[in-house]
Amino acid sequence: MELLVASAIGILTAAGIYLVQRLRTFPVIIGVSLLTYAVNVFLFASGRLAIGAPPILSDAQTYTDPLPQALVLTAIVISFGMTAVVVMIALGAYLGADDDHVNDPADSSDTDPEAAK
Amino acid sequence: MMHWIILPVILPAIVAPFIVLAARYHIGIQRVLSVASVLALIAIAAGLVRQASDGTVTLYQLGDWAAPFGIVLVADRLSTMMLLLTAVLSIFVLLYAIGSKWDERGRHFHALFQFQMMGLMGAFLTGDLFNLFVFFEVLLIASYGLMIHSGGNVRLRAGVQYVLYNLLASTLFLFALGAIYAETGTLNMADLAGRVAMIDAGSTVGIRVAAVLLLLVFAIKAAIVPLHFWLPSSYAEAPGPVAALFAVMTKVGAYAIIRVYTLIFPPDLEFTAGLHGLWLAPAALITIAVGMIGVLAARRLDRLVAYAVIGSMGMVMIAIALFTQAGIAAALYYIPHSTLASAALFLIADLVRSGRADLRLSAAPQIAGAPLTAGMFFVAAIAMIGLPPLSGFVGKLLILTAALDSSLVVWIWAVVLITSVISLVGFGRAGSTIFWKARALAPEDDPAPAPSALAYTSVGGLLALLVALTVLAGPAHRYTTAIAAQLFAPAPYIGTVLDTPGKLSPPQEGN
Repeated sequence: MELLVASAIGILTAAGIYLVQRLRTFPVIIGVSLLTYAVNVFLFASGRLAIGAPPILSDAQTYTDPLPQALVLTAIVISFGMTAVVVMIALGAYLGADDDHVNDPADSSDTDPEAAK
Repeated sequence: MMHWIILPVILPAIVAPFIVLAARYHIGIQRVLSVASVLALIAIAAGLVRQASDGTVTLYQLGDWAAPFGIVLVADRLSTMMLLLTAVLSIFVLLYAIGSKWDERGRHFHALFQFQMMGLMGAFLTGDLFNLFVFFEVLLIASYGLMIHSGGNVRLRAGVQYVLYNLLASTLFLFALGAIYAETGTLNMADLAGRVAMIDAGSTVGIRVAAVLLLLVFAIKAAIVPLHFWLPSSYAEAPGPVAALFAVMTKVGAYAIIRVYTLIFPPDLEFTAGLHGLWLAPAALITIAVGMIGVLAARRLDRLVAYAVIGSMGMVMIAIALFTQAGIAAALYYIPHSTLASAALFLIADLVRSGRADLRLSAAPQIAGAPLTAGMFFVAAIAMIGLPPLSGFVGKLLILTAALDSSLVVWIWAVVLITSVISLVGFGRAGSTIFWKARALAPEDDPAPAPSALAYTSVGGLLALLVALTVLAGPAHRYTTAIAAQLFAPAPYIGTVLDTPGKLSPPQEGN
């Protein structure tokens, strides 16, 4: 179980980092999403892995730590919202400039945002 | 329990949706509400500063849940000073946005501005690391909207870079929080302070990784080299008043470093000992150098100011990296100076832009209102470079004095003094090209109108604050020394947070 979760986090992170280093927005956004999935699983595992135990103190002998589950929920909501924002801004930039590169064009320091409208 | 502490978070959180829902199509009402809210924030922040100035640490338990289970807000000298700085900066930025009509160029400027205030205020007040993450996200998501305010292709592209970089930083922050929770089982800062100190010397791998990850996250926020790449394009392409407000966002990173690395990982903690001297200090020195050389190399005025911000963050960081009381006190004097000076410079760059086709450092016909704009640029540049008589000089002097006992003293003195000369040349060249060479060209037939009186007043207000910071340098430095003393004696802070009873307190003896 530990090996499975750990390698899942590792593979997601590695794939995410690889994709983040691409030049176009689509793979970069996919990469960021993979990284957020990885960090969600990582947060979930930070309260130790207990199988089949309730996340609440009860009469049962064992329980899983409920706090990481709350943290993961918060993190999922935030990363979901942030990804939606970046997709919208990237779409706007792509439709406006007909170019979806993330990097600055070579002469970018000479163009003025107000003049280039 | 005193409820005033939660108000800096609650007030903008109520005003912002109200602006969106009720005053959507009435820019006048939006402006009144926004200014009123920020004025109220200044009053509240001043009250909190007054309350914290004698060293009291005030605690607010949300829902009356006791720490470390509940989320707490803590107001001590450091956080209340940052609150007041943010509130005072934002009133001038807001007045400028109104005076220059930036707020009309897109929708929801005032609502996003209020959400940004909410995130900033919350980040300074919170006593819980995960809550700090949440408030970072609140201020970031508002800043995404503000950054691309009024649109344009170049700005949108810079916005994509800015958002992606910060998303990665947030992910890194979550990894750090997960690692800390896995090692200690808590995320309350005061509780962490005790538990981290208890960690067995043989099993510190996890917590050391977490400490470094956290430092990286805050270094991204504070734009320390080599993690500064997001700053020049985002700040240069953002609308003028928004860039001026962002001047305080880099300080959130500096604040978080000061807070976390005095409270949770204090300098005398053995297993994170090399972090400041070995890594942070050289990085800060390179940051100063990169920033100031960038000032000289910049081809546009707004990029020049952005690099000046990087350089001044380097100054703040080198003072923090000393991790002595004198160093932190100097850094805390330099933080308000750097915030106000960079904000003033961004606003001045926007004043210049309003009369020119672009901000390239080349001669262009004289802009309307040039003498006043040039005079303000002169004053703000003197402050930013650190020439006498303004507060930049006092700040640099304090930092250099604090560095005397450090092992890096030769490096610090050499880098700070040489880069000051470099930035002097950079600012001098920019100012003379923009304001003096213009006199040689024939004026345009139909020049753009001069910026409004309100715009000039708000820039003048920021400059007046810089002068006040210089004149009152003695009391200001005494106060920052008191802040540093409180930071280096965290026992009352920890005691207040952990020993205040609330729901779920551990049972007392004899119950």
